[in-house]
Amino acid sequence: MGEAERTAAAPVLRWAGDGAIVIEYGEVISSELARRAQRVAAALEAAGLPWLVEAVPTYRSTLAVIRPEEVWPAEAMQAVERIVAAAESEGDANVERRVVEVPVYYGGEYGPDLGDVAAHAGLSPEEVIAIHIAPTYEVQMIGFMLGFPYLAGMDPRIATPRLTTPRTLIPAGSVGIAGNQTGVYPLASPGGWRIIGRTPLRLADPSSDPPCLLRAGDMVKFVPTEPPQESKTPPEVV
Amino acid sequence: MEVLEIVSTGPLATVQDLGRPGRMKYGVPPGGALDREALQVANALVGNDLGAPGVEITLGGFSAVALRPVLVAVAGAWAPMDVDGVPAQPYTTVQLEAGQTLNIGHAAWGARVYLAVAGGVAARAVLGSASTFGRGKMGGLDGDGKPLRSGDTITAAGGQAQSPGSMNPSAARDWATAALIRRAAALASAGTAEGAVMLRVVMGPQDHLFTEDGITTFTSSVYVVTPLTDRMGARLAGPTVAHKGGADIVSDGIPAGAIQIPGDGNPIIMLADRQTTGGYTKIACLASADLDIAGQLRPGDHVRFQSVSVEEAHALLEQDRAARTRPSLALSLLGDGLEHVVRVVEIT
Repeated sequence: MGEAERTAAAPVLRWAGDGAIVIEYGEVISSELARRAQRVAAALEAAGLPWLVEAVPTYRSTLAVIRPEEVWPAEAMQAVERIVAAAESEGDANVERRVVEVPVYYGGEYGPDLGDVAAHAGLSPEEVIAIHIAPTYEVQMIGFMLGFPYLAGMDPRIATPRLTTPRTLIPAGSVGIAGNQTGVYPLASPGGWRIIGRTPLRLADPSSDPPCLLRAGDMVKFVPTEPPQESKTPPEVV
Repeated sequence: MEVLEIVSTGPLATVQDLGRPGRMKYGVPPGGALDREALQVANALVGNDLGAPGVEITLGGFSAVALRPVLVAVAGAWAPMDVDGVPAQPYTTVQLEAGQTLNIGHAAWGARVYLAVAGGVAARAVLGSASTFGRGKMGGLDGDGKPLRSGDTITAAGGQAQSPGSMNPSAARDWATAALIRRAAALASAGTAEGAVMLRVVMGPQDHLFTEDGITTFTSSVYVVTPLTDRMGARLAGPTVAHKGGADIVSDGIPAGAIQIPGDGNPIIMLADRQTTGGYTKIACLASADLDIAGQLRPGDHVRFQSVSVEEAHALLEQDRAARTRPSLALSLLGDGLEHVVRVVEIT
């Protein structure tokens, strides 16, 4: 356990209606807070509370969703407090931190904005790719749409503003940059991110359960890959 | 077994059940019927499992032809209803014969009418639910998130026999009566400021980010539901609620019924198809006992907010459950709302 964790302030527990309890660690985006949120979420889900629907880790907090008709408020709060306290002292025992390699076809028809990102940064497209693949990114939160990973760790040298006019359709698997964030669209969606590549990896599949590949706490490594010569569209790899 | 062919859907008709809870961590909101009790009542009346998929009809204007004899029930928002022009009663069971047309007119109050068919609507479950989630392209008849269209055929999933898990008919009728009383009392006069729907809220989780005046404004003002209202959320307009500083926070999870106040100071009540995470301050969250009523709000309705403790919110839930089996109890809980019910009974 690092110095920061030992001196970290105790989380604040607040009711969010009678159907949820928020466990809040702070009000900034940091790996430290996101990891505490993941740790507590995992511990809550592992505790076998019959009235817990799920625990949702986010940047700054964990949302414990409960079935209020099945438990007295005081009992729910005490149980959550107890598990949170234990999880904060136990560290990462319940958290699985996987490293997921995400192959990416950079540039060309798969990454139409790679040139713009390079021009904005004053770099060559090859340098942008090298900078983008260098870090191991951390999934700090899943949100916005099914399986959308909020990734931390991008090098600010390739930060680029969003498109001034969003595209009406960005294909599934598109890898983009928006400001100082990078991410992957799991499903086709409208959006204003600068698209620099596309992964053939299927990140979301509503017909399977769990429906997405990445989870908060996973580490992501982008791996440049040559697109297939024959086909115009990348094949789906399940 | 094909039972109905849709002739007209009105503004929006979708297949809904009780949703797909437990997947917010994957970015999928729970979804499901916005008025869960109304769907359950309609199911109970036709002998279905309470969570069987039904049709959620927004503001009415729906009609369908029976392809064979079928038992149906309608609950939720109050809309005139007829079978081949002969008036029929919502909140009761209605037998349709082959060739007959069921018409559900424009809702007099409330926003969402639920139609249950004996056996339940057959639909492909996605992540454990048939609920249509348009933005996520999941649920509905074909599992791809599309709403119902005229010409679509509704197939009854479970045959027409009583489901073994269904409620006995007399209990179902009592529940229907209690549910109707509650909705009429809350919603029938919501078109006027005097008849504003009282929604109970538990303050927080970010009420500390608002000024004292902002909190007072929130709990003492009447707000009007705007046309920018859908299954994601009900947007309100009225006296603006002042933040201490900025309106934005680092994103966190959005529970059911969370009331966000963005920078413009106008509240948004987050509903079943809400985004799972967001960065607006949440001044309060609805008591879960009032989620169904919030799901019935339509543009032009007036609402006000009353702060309750989490223990009081829990007690409201218990009270609601008790009233389900005793319609007389539902009436006694109304207080001032009673006169609205009387008025509704006179009108209808």
